[in-house]
Amino acid sequence: MIRKLTLSALTALALSASGAQAAEGESYVKDYAFSFEGPFGAYDQMQLQRGLQVYTEVCSACHGLQYVPIRTLADEGGPGLPEDQVRAYAEFWEVWDDELRDYRTAAPADNFPASSMQTAPDLSLMAKARAGFHGPYGLGINQFFKGMGGAEYIASLLAGYTGEEKEEAGSILYENTAFPGGWISMAPPLHGGDVEYADGSSTEVEAVAQDVAAFLMWTAEPQMMARKHAGFVGVLFLGLLTVLLYLTNKKIWAPVKGRGKAHAAE
Amino acid sequence: MSGIPHDHYEPKSNSAKWIESRLPVLGLLYDTLMIPTPKNLNWMWIWGIVLTFCLALQIVTGIVLVMHYTPNVDLAFASIEHIMRNVNGGHMIRYLHMNGASLFFIAVYAHIFRGLYYGSYKAPREITWIIGMLIYLLMMATAFMGYVLPWGQMSFWGATVITGLFGAIPFVGETIQTWLLGGPAVGNYTLTRFFSLHYLLPFVIAGLVIVHIWAFHTTGNNNPTGVDVRRGSKAEAEKDALPFWPYFVIKDLFALALILAVFFAVVGFMPNYLGHPDNYMEADPLVTPAHIVPEWYFLPFYAILRAFTSEVWVVIIANWITGGIVTAKFFGVLAMFGAILVLALAPWLDTSTVRSGRYRPMFKWWFWLLVVDFFVLMWLGAMPAEEPYATFSLIATAYWFGYFLVILPLLGVIEKPLPQPATIEDDFNAHYGQSDAGSAQTTPAE
Repeated sequence: MIRKLTLSALTALALSASGAQAAEGESYVKDYAFSFEGPFGAYDQMQLQRGLQVYTEVCSACHGLQYVPIRTLADEGGPGLPEDQVRAYAEFWEVWDDELRDYRTAAPADNFPASSMQTAPDLSLMAKARAGFHGPYGLGINQFFKGMGGAEYIASLLAGYTGEEKEEAGSILYENTAFPGGWISMAPPLHGGDVEYADGSSTEVEAVAQDVAAFLMWTAEPQMMARKHAGFVGVLFLGLLTVLLYLTNKKIWAPVKGRGKAHAAE
Repeated sequence: MSGIPHDHYEPKSNSAKWIESRLPVLGLLYDTLMIPTPKNLNWMWIWGIVLTFCLALQIVTGIVLVMHYTPNVDLAFASIEHIMRNVNGGHMIRYLHMNGASLFFIAVYAHIFRGLYYGSYKAPREITWIIGMLIYLLMMATAFMGYVLPWGQMSFWGATVITGLFGAIPFVGETIQTWLLGGPAVGNYTLTRFFSLHYLLPFVIAGLVIVHIWAFHTTGNNNPTGVDVRRGSKAEAEKDALPFWPYFVIKDLFALALILAVFFAVVGFMPNYLGHPDNYMEADPLVTPAHIVPEWYFLPFYAILRAFTSEVWVVIIANWITGGIVTAKFFGVLAMFGAILVLALAPWLDTSTVRSGRYRPMFKWWFWLLVVDFFVLMWLGAMPAEEPYATFSLIATAYWFGYFLVILPLLGVIEKPLPQPATIEDDFNAHYGQSDAGSAQTTPAE
């Protein structure tokens, strides 16, 4: 409710401010500036395609995207791959077919495979299942200005390895500045130059981490562009309706309120 | 239907006469829309329309969601993602439904606190108040069960914690818990019955809403002065009241449109802001989330529930007196339901004969402290169960009960109320001045 109050008071002003503030207090999740932040933000198609490449070449060794239909790679407002490329890309995967009772080559209508490693969580919704920002005092007001921070968390995590390792109960843990508790069981997946981008973008760890984080934001929220569009249309028309009803209301009440009108004008 | 004298429906056309003599539905509609409404109602009287809209929105979006949702532990989470990704407009419908629940509760809390400030619960509106409280309880039950349906981590663990509360009831607790869950733990049988009830209860709420409206159409609306509309004659009543249509319908719709514009901004630009990220992970009975937090609208009562640990002296005493029957957990459950019970009993706990808080100089301060207390409890409910939050929770809980059980009864005795306006007309004219056209304007435009 406190969050909600701030929200109703500041909506119009603050919606455009997200992402602009510097990270504060929650030092471990860096407030990366993503193109899709704020009500005007849109996915960067090239970045999503780079992220897809990182996912395919690095993450997918262990992780899955079981809720994401491969065909959606062609969707508007997403990576926007051409249909033939999506078909070719689908063939890269093998999926389990219940009818054949066997694995077969994937088609665009199939979903991405699930995680191949038991301990590796599915990444379809990871960018919505984590919040990078919480404060201050657990009020969540930061999220109002910076966004939920799911993508920021993922990028920070991927770039947050310190290089320290320790062994605990027979497994190796890696120190990570973004991970709650500081020690994560996932080995550092990025080392710099892990992928070769066709567009010549930077393959530094932090750049690649942001690319794949953006891609995972899209897998979590593929309809973001349609949603923001609907939001604008909704706010616009409701705003117009509000103005019309305000004027109607004023007119209806004017004779009843008598000299109150003169009072208000003073 | 209304006790305030006003024009009644006279069918004019032949078809209207034909219908009205067989089923007086036109007259009912007319009486409902033309009900004399105190003309000094302020902007806190718009929440009823917002709430009615919310109920309709939740039912309409809910019915569409049901067309695509699968109530099965193996398929529920995936079916939500199916809605979000494959169903045309599905993501918007789901986000409207999700955030619609929040709007519903914002409106109901505003509505309840308005009632508390202006004494809308006092005679003769006790039944309206009690029915409202029943609606509020059903809303909480419906929202709770709805939150379980996506079968995310918070769905599962929230259901486990909340149904576990019933298990704390001495002797019969475990039986009740099993009966609620349909089995020994939260499972498929729980999901299916919650789904069934989540679909049923909104229609029960709709029925109660009709009774709620019927009740206050009999007593008439309360208003910021708390002074009754004069009922001596129609002419007298028309000096205090205006017909609901068009004056209040248009006013309410204006407020609704403004609120919906903000609501749409939230749905369009930050639909997950009020949700919990953990619910985007599928339920896993083997992995307990670090913090199990209910949705924001339950937080104040969740804080009251958790305030009573086994170290609190009242709990120790209760435990000792009852020979261990009242455990800390059961005490917390009693406190949580008690917190809502005292709210429902407000009409009988408040001893003041003055309705509106506007004319109660001491009451005002205690009331606003209660509002602050409510927000503090909400914040505490989201905090981990550790110091200093535990102590804060106890203090805030004590004030909640103190307000209803001590302050309200005492104030009526010791407080010296300010003079109230003799009529609603006086209050209105003091604000807006005498209408140029006089009372002629108050006859409904047809």
